[in-house]
Amino acid sequence: MNDRGMSVIVRTVTRFVYGLIIVFGFYVIMHGHLTPGGGFQGGAIVASAFALLLVSFGAAGIKGKLNKKLLQSLEEIGALAFLGLAFAGLGTAFFYNLLAHGGGFFGAAVPAGPNPGILNAGGLVPLMNWAVGLKVMTGIASIVIVMLIGARKEETE
Amino acid sequence: MNTLAMHAPVLLVAVPLLGAFAVPLIGKLGRGVRDIFIGLIVAATAALAGLLAAHYFGGAGVPQLYVLGGANGFAIPLPSGLSVPIRILFEVDGMSAFMGLITALVTLTGAYFSFCYWRERSGGNMYYSLLLLLTAGIFGMELTGDMFNFFVFLEITSIAACGLIGFRVWLKKSQEAGFKVMALYTLSGLFVLLAIALLYGQHGALNMAFIASQIGTFGVSIVDKIALGLLLTGLAMKAGAVPMHMWAPDAYGEAPAPTSAILVANSQASLYGLFRVLFTIFGVGASIATNAWILIVLAVLTIFVGVTMALVQNDLKRLIAFGAVSQIGYMLLGVGVGLVRRASILAGGGSLVDSANALDYGFVAMQGGIFHMLNDAACVGLLFLASGAVIRASGTRDLNKMGGLAHHMKWTTIFFVIGAVALAGVPPFNGFASKLLIYQSAFKVSPFLSIIAILSSIMLLAVFVKAFQGAFMGSKTGLPEAGEARPGMLIPMAVLALVVIVFGLFPGFFIDTIVTPAAKALWLGRDAYIGAVLGGG
Amino acid sequence: MSIGSFSFDVTASGQFPYIIAAILVAFGLYALLFKRNLIKMVIGITLIETGVNLFLVMVGYRSGGAAPIYTYANPGQGMVLPTPQALTLTSIVIGLATTALLLSFAIFVHRHYGTLDVRKIKELRG
Repeated sequence: MNDRGMSVIVRTVTRFVYGLIIVFGFYVIMHGHLTPGGGFQGGAIVASAFALLLVSFGAAGIKGKLNKKLLQSLEEIGALAFLGLAFAGLGTAFFYNLLAHGGGFFGAAVPAGPNPGILNAGGLVPLMNWAVGLKVMTGIASIVIVMLIGARKEETE
Repeated sequence: MNTLAMHAPVLLVAVPLLGAFAVPLIGKLGRGVRDIFIGLIVAATAALAGLLAAHYFGGAGVPQLYVLGGANGFAIPLPSGLSVPIRILFEVDGMSAFMGLITALVTLTGAYFSFCYWRERSGGNMYYSLLLLLTAGIFGMELTGDMFNFFVFLEITSIAACGLIGFRVWLKKSQEAGFKVMALYTLSGLFVLLAIALLYGQHGALNMAFIASQIGTFGVSIVDKIALGLLLTGLAMKAGAVPMHMWAPDAYGEAPAPTSAILVANSQASLYGLFRVLFTIFGVGASIATNAWILIVLAVLTIFVGVTMALVQNDLKRLIAFGAVSQIGYMLLGVGVGLVRRASILAGGGSLVDSANALDYGFVAMQGGIFHMLNDAACVGLLFLASGAVIRASGTRDLNKMGGLAHHMKWTTIFFVIGAVALAGVPPFNGFASKLLIYQSAFKVSPFLSIIAILSSIMLLAVFVKAFQGAFMGSKTGLPEAGEARPGMLIPMAVLALVVIVFGLFPGFFIDTIVTPAAKALWLGRDAYIGAVLGGG
Repeated sequence: MSIGSFSFDVTASGQFPYIIAAILVAFGLYALLFKRNLIKMVIGITLIETGVNLFLVMVGYRSGGAAPIYTYANPGQGMVLPTPQALTLTSIVIGLATTALLLSFAIFVHRHYGTLDVRKIKELRG
């Protein structure tokens, strides 16, 4: 694996495509309560866009552009948001779905049986999908960066 | 306080998890703030475990149920008229509350020891995060009433434990140990998952109480037997029974000293899972007797091989690790004898309640095995903490190279002696109380078992005499770091030593209060366990 | 008869996915136990995980069923069980974390020992 990345064709196509992959990943996260998908799947798709960038442009091309501390902070925020949403329903039980069928934010009533999917429904589930998606995308991106760039450094201890 | 006791089962898992996620953020504010925060979280967890135990042992004595995510009614009626519980339930009965106490003790002392132990190194945030994650996983394994939830927490503890074993990436051997241990933990987790898939396919639900009631009604089919075999293999692998014990000395030896004590709680939690499967889910019928004999054979092998391998070790932590492996054999022996006797009582048509009240030898064996879990956790924890202080003071782990530390570290020497002597089963410490119960009841099954157990205890005493002489006896050393351990390291050791002494001086009180309800929950509490979920609806 | 019991129909068509899952687990065990390269052992573990995940999904199959999604579903159509699919998803996530940790350890072992051969990485003995 060389640090200069891959050929011109690969780099040009990557510049077009990685934005589309990220948007598709966000779509999968958002519609997790209606169609197959959800937090982990969408987060993995966004992280694969990131891995595509890393492979096409090489470690040298990416090194200046990303901020490892920002990735770690976002990861922690995602994890704390998930746990905070789980604690939100503690008045009844842990993980109680506070907003479902409530009529407010994400609270539309859902008919039983087959229906055209209503995006506004689901209560806390789409919010938890976002928290998990944020954590997964930053987490897998951190793993990939550390394995590629961190593994090249010599021992510092 | 009542609402806190009501939510305690899930808070025991959620509070360490919250701590684990929040530590990196709070660590940015500085080391002192982070240490205070972690100290508060660990203290809150221990208080919750105590509250849970007080609620069960001091109060009703019926299993406490907690439904995640729902308030009223968690069972849906199927068209065939059967009603299946569909949410994830946490079910706390005597054995779970007892294991919660053990884990709380070990985590409290291990975490407070780490504050002093890690003072000179860097990268502390992630270490505490992994420690709290491991704690949350162990509590989850002990409190859950759902098979797949048990598997998820099993994997959480595997990953967190291996992260802690390989944490010091500048040490060569810890990386090799981390790889081997992770491979074996993953394999055992996959066996457990396969068994859970088989049980789900056969019975259609994942709830432990529901599967237990199905097996009680329809009997044990061949798919259930295959699932039982896989569960036995997977959970015994993770607990460290011979012949799958090769990971244990690597894991306990290469982990940082306070973590080794918590890894012992990890092995005990998978042992708890094994007991839950054998007694509550599969507890009917005489087919259990074969599995009980397998347990007894594994137990004897573990006791003997553990002590024998400990005799030839030169590394202090590996020596204590082999001692810990052999103690797992004692727990398996006690509970195995109890299972054999319980199967024969059920086959003969006797009453389990009468046998428990009459202190039948099977029930006494259960008491001994379960009490030994607590004693072993306290003694081995004390030994590992003392060894951590010794290694810090002498700079080496090789027994041949250290020596003469008794002149500098009086308190650490005393604590090491207390832990070693208690583990070997010398009165008046707590190891003697539990081991005596095991010797007495194993004798009734076969005198050979008692002889092996007693001989191994004597050999363990010899092993620790050798370790004591290597580390503490001899002339004064000239090492610059050799001095008494700091108070931050001494206080957790003192707490564990206090537990060892108090439980040894008043064993009867503790057996009646804590151990007997836990043993009864396994021995005859199967119907109460099922009734708490299916009876009330 | 209990809910969802396995049938012992031994004609191959009904049992084919289970046979494939068993073959995958067997290949994974062979790779884990008999291969000498650390990365090949990790691949063996991944194969076992894949076999178990396939088995888990197949447990929920009901013949003639569609995917268990209510959005734009045909009314009156039977569906396969959704619970094993949720279990498989959880298992895949756990497999990701496990594989990442194993590969990180392999990287560090290579950095310290210079080789990935299991026979040469034997500092911990006894």
